[in-house]
Amino acid sequence: MRRERAPLAIGALAVAGVLFFLVPLLGLVLRTPWSDAPRALTSPDTLEALRLSLIASLSSTGLSILLGVPLAWVYARIEFPGRNLLRALTTLPMVLPPVVGGIALLLAFGRRGLVGGWLDATFGVTLPFTTLGVVFAETFVAMPFLVLTVEAGLRSMDRRFEHAARTLGAGRWTVLTRVTLPLIAPSLFAGAVLCWARALGEFGATITFAGNFPGVTQTMPLAVYLLLETNPEGSFVLSLILLAVSLLVLVSLRDRWLGSA
Amino acid sequence: MFRHTSLVTAAAALVISACGGASGSAGASPTALSGTINVFAAASLTAAFNALGHSFQQEHGGVTVKFNYAGTPTLVTQIEQGAQADVFASADATNMDKLKGDGFTTGDPKVFAHNVLEIVVAPGNPKNINGLADLAKPGVVYITEAPTVPAGRYSLQALAKAGVRVTPKSLETDVKSVISKIELGEADAGIVYTTDVKAAGSKVAGVPIPDSDNVVATYPVVVVKGAPNAGTAAAFIAYVLSAGGQQTLGTYGFQHA
Repeated sequence: MRRERAPLAIGALAVAGVLFFLVPLLGLVLRTPWSDAPRALTSPDTLEALRLSLIASLSSTGLSILLGVPLAWVYARIEFPGRNLLRALTTLPMVLPPVVGGIALLLAFGRRGLVGGWLDATFGVTLPFTTLGVVFAETFVAMPFLVLTVEAGLRSMDRRFEHAARTLGAGRWTVLTRVTLPLIAPSLFAGAVLCWARALGEFGATITFAGNFPGVTQTMPLAVYLLLETNPEGSFVLSLILLAVSLLVLVSLRDRWLGSA
Repeated sequence: MFRHTSLVTAAAALVISACGGASGSAGASPTALSGTINVFAAASLTAAFNALGHSFQQEHGGVTVKFNYAGTPTLVTQIEQGAQADVFASADATNMDKLKGDGFTTGDPKVFAHNVLEIVVAPGNPKNINGLADLAKPGVVYITEAPTVPAGRYSLQALAKAGVRVTPKSLETDVKSVISKIELGEADAGIVYTTDVKAAGSKVAGVPIPDSDNVVATYPVVVVKGAPNAGTAAAFIAYVLSAGGQQTLGTYGFQHA
């Protein structure tokens, strides 16, 4: 295979593109006081925020799989009028400013919201200012990433395996769990990881809908934001932790997701 | 360059005349001012400073006043990270001292207003909250500002003075977030400034905090170092300190400097 050379203009612009992303990362790495890192990493506040972030983001990934995989299956397999419109509406949070998402969640699931009022009156459940509220906010913003990835996987898979299983007498449920899901496992994995990473970084919808209290609703991004005002160096360290986690996810994904494309 | 210097001189004259107790800045050659100034002001100043900016623009035809409202520590961070600011109006002395200590101000900050705390509740006070002690009642969802924000620190001081122990459900990033969560009915009570309750009108109600438990917030203002339009910035500060400016602040519930 002959090695291709980039035209000068393309190469220069690509380098500018790379620098645009690398310089901010470099800034974070260079300005972080590494001597403070162990102390910041092990401080109770950081650990509490990290613990909450992991619990909430993993829960919202679980909720996204539970609701998002069936949704993706319906989008990929069932023809019905208004499907494209419905898909656009359910993936809107990908492009919506997260704060707007948070306001919408308040109007739906808040104490006086469309559904929230009923939840409060019937079950005594209120979502704002609770960890469950954080999970709702993160799921709202992150689930579309899973739905779109899984739908693409379902559309590109070889359906002859499903037909073969059917002709051999397998029921629809068996086909789904023994043939379809194993075949789209790479897409499902990629979608779940993308969804989890988005949930982990969620800020706007969380602070608007769930508020901010250490140990209950203060996730890592919220802790970073508040720390920036009082202890910028501490917030640099927390930012780097988030950055390292995200990088780990992307690198581990590269082979399974981009590599297989 | 020469023009810029003359502006500073004119502005300095305005400052001096205002500090000397002159009745207003309107008399001193208003035509000398021009350009746009960016005023970074504490979120609690929103309504009052919008009105001040409007009347300042009317007095000085060529001037545009733009505002950036946020929690005071956020503004300090923005200015220290290089945001183009001409005027900084803080909701406490601590954040002002920090900005001054880090070398981002010119001259001494001037106190232009005082504010006190009040409990904010839904209209009609459905949870029957009559004082700080009621915030700890079971079934009351109490929220306040994060202790990094002046209002949050003051609310802790007020609760300590009253001997009330209560855990908030949320530590919001500024007073406006607290007010909006009360308006939306997500929380039952919060501690904000008297002026915020007044600005929100009929959408919320206020429950006064007695003087013995209350905390007086001090608002200093300063010209930011390296301000792109320092002359007009100084004139705006002089206007805020003038009798007319003080009267406007008074109508929004602030107390005289």
